[in-house]
Parts: sequence; C-alpha cells; structure tokens
Amino acid sequence: MLSSLSLDVAHLFAGGLVLVSLLLLYQDRMYALLNIFALHAVVLALSVAWQAHIQSAPHLFLTAALALVFKGIIIPTALRRIVEQLGIHREIETVGGVGVTMLAGMGLVALSMVVMLRVTPEADPLAREDLAFALSVVLLGLLMMVTRRNAVSQVIGFMSLENGLILAATGAKGMPLVVEISVAFSILIAFIVIGIFLFRIRERFDTVDVQALDRFRGERR
Amino acid sequence: MSFNPEILILVIPLGAAALLALLPGYKATAPLNVAATIGTLLSALSLFVVDRPAPGNYLFIDDLNIVFIALTAFVAFTTSIFSATYIGHELEIGRLTPAYLRFYHAMYQLLMFAMNLALLASNIGVMWVAIEMATLTTVLMVGIYRTHEALEAAWKYFILGSVGIALALFGTILVYMAARPVVGEGLDAMVWTVLVDKVARFDPALLNVAFVFLLLGYGTKVGLAPLHAWLPDAHAEGPTPISAVLSGLLLNVALYAVLRFKILLAANPTALAPGPLMATMGLASLIFAGFMLYRRRDIKRMFAYSSIEHMGIITFAFGMGGALANFAGLLHMVMHSLTKSGIFFAVGHVAQVKGTQKIADIRGLTESHPLLGWGLVLGVVAIAGLPPLGIFMSEFLVVSSTFAREPILAVLLVAGLLIAFGALFLRLNGIAFGEPAGSTAPAKASYVPMYVHFAIVFAAGIYLPPVLVTWFQHIARLLG
Repeated sequence: MLSSLSLDVAHLFAGGLVLVSLLLLYQDRMYALLNIFALHAVVLALSVAWQAHIQSAPHLFLTAALALVFKGIIIPTALRRIVEQLGIHREIETVGGVGVTMLAGMGLVALSMVVMLRVTPEADPLAREDLAFALSVVLLGLLMMVTRRNAVSQVIGFMSLENGLILAATGAKGMPLVVEISVAFSILIAFIVIGIFLFRIRERFDTVDVQALDRFRGERR
Repeated sequence: MSFNPEILILVIPLGAAALLALLPGYKATAPLNVAATIGTLLSALSLFVVDRPAPGNYLFIDDLNIVFIALTAFVAFTTSIFSATYIGHELEIGRLTPAYLRFYHAMYQLLMFAMNLALLASNIGVMWVAIEMATLTTVLMVGIYRTHEALEAAWKYFILGSVGIALALFGTILVYMAARPVVGEGLDAMVWTVLVDKVARFDPALLNVAFVFLLLGYGTKVGLAPLHAWLPDAHAEGPTPISAVLSGLLLNVALYAVLRFKILLAANPTALAPGPLMATMGLASLIFAGFMLYRRRDIKRMFAYSSIEHMGIITFAFGMGGALANFAGLLHMVMHSLTKSGIFFAVGHVAQVKGTQKIADIRGLTESHPLLGWGLVLGVVAIAGLPPLGIFMSEFLVVSSTFAREPILAVLLVAGLLIAFGALFLRLNGIAFGEPAGSTAPAKASYVPMYVHFAIVFAAGIYLPPVLVTWFQHIARLLG
C-alpha cells in the first residue's frame, strides 16, 4: 500500500490544480490569464510525474513531459503572440460578475466532492480523492468556457478542463492508453490554436474576420 | 495468415487517404475515392461470409456492430459517387480550389477510417480516440469553404464537440475505475467482451455517474437536445456530401457508443436503468426539433433539424427498450440513414442548380427539374413517415410498442411526429410545386445514388426479407 507521505504529496498537487483553476476563473487580463494557465500546466505536470513515480509507471513521465513542454511553454507562448497580433490583451468580456462566478465555482467544487466521494466508497483513497479533484477541475473548466466570450480565454477554459481529464486518467491506477489519449488531446488543442491564429477568431461565434485572412494570404479578389 | 476483412476495412480508407492527399487533379482522384469506398464496402460485406475472428483486445466483430459497419460502408460508397459529381461542379465554379480538393478527398477517407475504427473497436479507449478523430476531420471539412459562416459553424462545432468528447472521456475513465477492482489493472479493464462478462460485479454507483457523463458526451455528438446547437450550422455550411455522411453515419456512430454503454449498464442489476434517461432526451429532441422545423429559411438547415428529430426518435426507441422497440429503433436508424443521405444528395444538386440554399428562392422544382424535384418529394414523403415507405413502418412500430407500455409517452411521441410532419410538408409545397423560380438550367446531377437509396427505403416499407427480420430481432434481444 502507499505510504501516507506519497498520498499527501499526490493530494497536494491535485488540490493545487483545483486552486489554480479557481485562480483562472477571476483573471481579467489576458496576459495574467496566460501566465496562470502555464502554472496550471506545470502543476499538472508535477502531479502526473508524482503519479508516475509512486505507481512506478515510467510511461506516465511522457505524459508529464508533454504537459510541461506543450501546455506549459509552447501553447502559452503561441497564444501570447496571437493576443499581441490581434490586439486583444485588454479585452476579457465575462458573462456575470466575478463574485457570482467564484460562488458558482465553489459550488461546483463542493458538488464534485459530494458526488465523487459518495459514489466511490470502496475505491482506494488515492484514486477516490484524485477523481473528486479531477471532476472539480473539469467542471471549473466548463464554467470558464461558459462565462467567457472571448475565443482565446474559452480555449484556455477548454485546456484547463482537459488538464482535469489527464489528472483523472493518471490517477486511475494502471489505466492503459493514457499516453495515447494525452497525445490525441494535444493534437486537438494544437488544431484549435492554429484555427484561432489562421482565422483570427476574436469573439465566441460572432466575429470571424475572414477578409483579414484573405488579405493576409494574398488571396483577396 | 488468413483473410481478415477487419483489417482491410481499416487499411483501405487509411491508405486511400494517404494516396489522395498526394495525388493532384480531379479526373484521377474522384474515381479513386469511389474505388476505395467500393473496396471498403466489399470487405465489409465479406464479414457476413467469412468466419468471424476471435474478439481481440483492440478490434472485434459482433452481431451489433456488423449492422453499423455494413450501413456505413454502403452509404460511404453511394456518397462518394454523389460527391464526385458535386465536387466537380464546385471546382468548375471555383468554390473549391484544386489544393482543397486533395484535402477534401483525404479527409473523406480519413473520416471513413475513423468511423470504422470506432465501430470495430473492442476497447473503450480506442473507441474514444476514433470518435475524437472523426470529430476533427468533420470540423475541418465543415470549414472548408472558408466563408464567414462556414468558419463560424466549424468553430461552434469544434468547441461543442470538444466539450462532448471531453465529458465522454471522463465517463470512460470512470468505467475503467469501476472495472479495475473486479477485472484488475491494465488493458483488460477496457475491453468490451471482458467488461460485459464481469459488469454484474462492478460498483453500481460509479457506473451510474459514468453513464451520465457518457450519455451527455456522446449525446452531444448524436445531436440530442439541448446539446444539439452545433448540428444545424455544421450541416448547412459544409459541402453537401459531408452533410450526408454527418447525418447518415456520424450521428449513428455516436449513438452506437451510447448503445454499447447502455448494454453494459443493463447487465448490472443494481445500476440505474439507462432507458428512461435516453427516452427523455430522445423525446425532448423530437418535440424541440419539430417546432424548430417551422422557422427554417435554409433548406440544408431544415433537414439538419429533421435529423435531430429522427435521432430523437431512435434514441427514444432504444431508451424504451424491449424486443419490439429495439427492433423498431434499429430499423428506423437504417431507414433514416438511407433516406436522409438521399435527401441531401437531392438538396446538394438543387442548391447547385439554383445557386442558393434559401427556401424562399427555390420554387417549382418539379416543373423546372422533374427528376430532381420528384426525387426530393419522394425523400420528404419518406422522411415524414408516410406509408408505404420504410420510415412509416419503423415509426409505426415505435409508436405501437410505446402505446402498449406507456400511453402518455406515446401521445407526446405522436404529437412530435405530427408537428414535424406539418412543417416538412409546408416547406415542401413551396419548394417542389408552383411557378418555378431561379435558374432553370439543366442539372448535371448523379441521380443513381439518390434513387437507389429511396428504392431501398420503398422496398423495405413493402416487404422486409425474413432473413433481415430474424437478424434484427436477434440484435434487438441483445440490446435488452
């Protein structure tokens, strides 16, 4: 069985991820949001690496490295450049105030604790609490996608949601295909980011300035 | 090594995708695209003849997925014929450039690969990856025209589809968690055959939560209300062959995933009954889509709402469960796939001839383009569920089996059907009859795929071969 120290450290990282998710919820500046998201990815990488260590599952180190390099460095850098080019570093439109959003966020965390801890009394404590944390991160990510109007911050919401899924998948001991799934997700995210860049999507579904794109590619007729 | 059609079904589309991505020119690639789908269709049909290979850790064939695979391969084949004519026209008018043509064909085959993989997968993780891949390829194809609306539709589909896919993954992880204490760690805990054998001893509470996530996640892809918002846009803005495969095939693949997990839950006596949840979502989609049909101005968007309506009926039938309702659901699914893709074939040519998708600008089709116009009339008559066509029969079975068990639900069901019926005929009247409007130039269309689909639907309404009936009854019993 696991020693209590390794259990505590795993909880520290998973709980840390939930806290960073809450931090993401109330950011109102684009650059700050990107920095916090990079922190989110780093905490996820630490958590996954710790799981790889205590489960002695070396392939999970690959997932951790992917989280660190791809989501901790490459994606935030790319998004920062997009934000600069589109000139949207000040615009974060939110639906509803910060206070309401934070209250809803806390409610969702409480909800996922109640749901997951109640339905998994027999699972081992590590997986059980990890799953509760992971569900919180997933729900907070969904909340963020709903409350943001801006495409870049929606994508950050989606990526934080996906970090929660990776947390759940690595917490489920011995789950096969985790590395493949994390790679599949990375491809999905790369597509989204490329999509934003190419199509200059600013608003949620409203403004897609395609003429800018045609000019940019020299295809304007 | 003996002849293995399973592998061929996957390798042919994948190889064709790679080849089509490299080859330039319409003259060579359009026939190649058709040839690849013929190859896939033949390998899919050979599954009925050769001995089934033993279920593996990644792929397997059983009585349920063989129906889906055969249907997918057939519609993929007819759509590729339609697509050849359709895309030829798009190239002529310059809506599609040669570079995008390569991309289009490669994506078409990649989509077939992803759908076949999702259907063949015996591993819930592989199935998830395959459905994600199918989502990605369709997103790219919806946005292929790069107009403002197309990109908007693709983005909306992308975001909603990704959220659905993410929820489905959480559900998949929960199923693994439920399986692990019983099956043990590792690959076995994600393999269908193992899961179904041992599901009776899984923790029911965990399975319940897992099913809710899976239903919401894959339900988004099925287009069930209230998670359907991506579907009409994606259908309206992409190339019409893609609308045909989206409605005719991809929605089915997502439904197949839901059905698999329904079987899993049904085999655990203490878990929640998945039926009522599915029936509620199905009924809500049917009634909602029925009302939405009245306010449509765009012809492809209208038939997209009709797809939501029919997926609702099918989900409702499977949710009711029991041998008769499952049989009806299965029959309805096959009939809807054939009819709806046939309708999209007609609509694609209509939109090309008239140069618009606006319902108000399309009038008197039966006068100006008799073959196309009457084809569309036949399709709408079929999809609205008039006798003697196949959909009438399956809808009749759904309604009568519901009446016997839950009369109140049956009333709602019939109300939904009638609402949709009214909307479809209201619009059809203007589109097909009266004074012709718009271009009356002769259509360069491929009528064969469309009329073949309608002929099958017509024949099925009059006479169902006993072999087919016993086979479907057998599957209906499997579905519980």
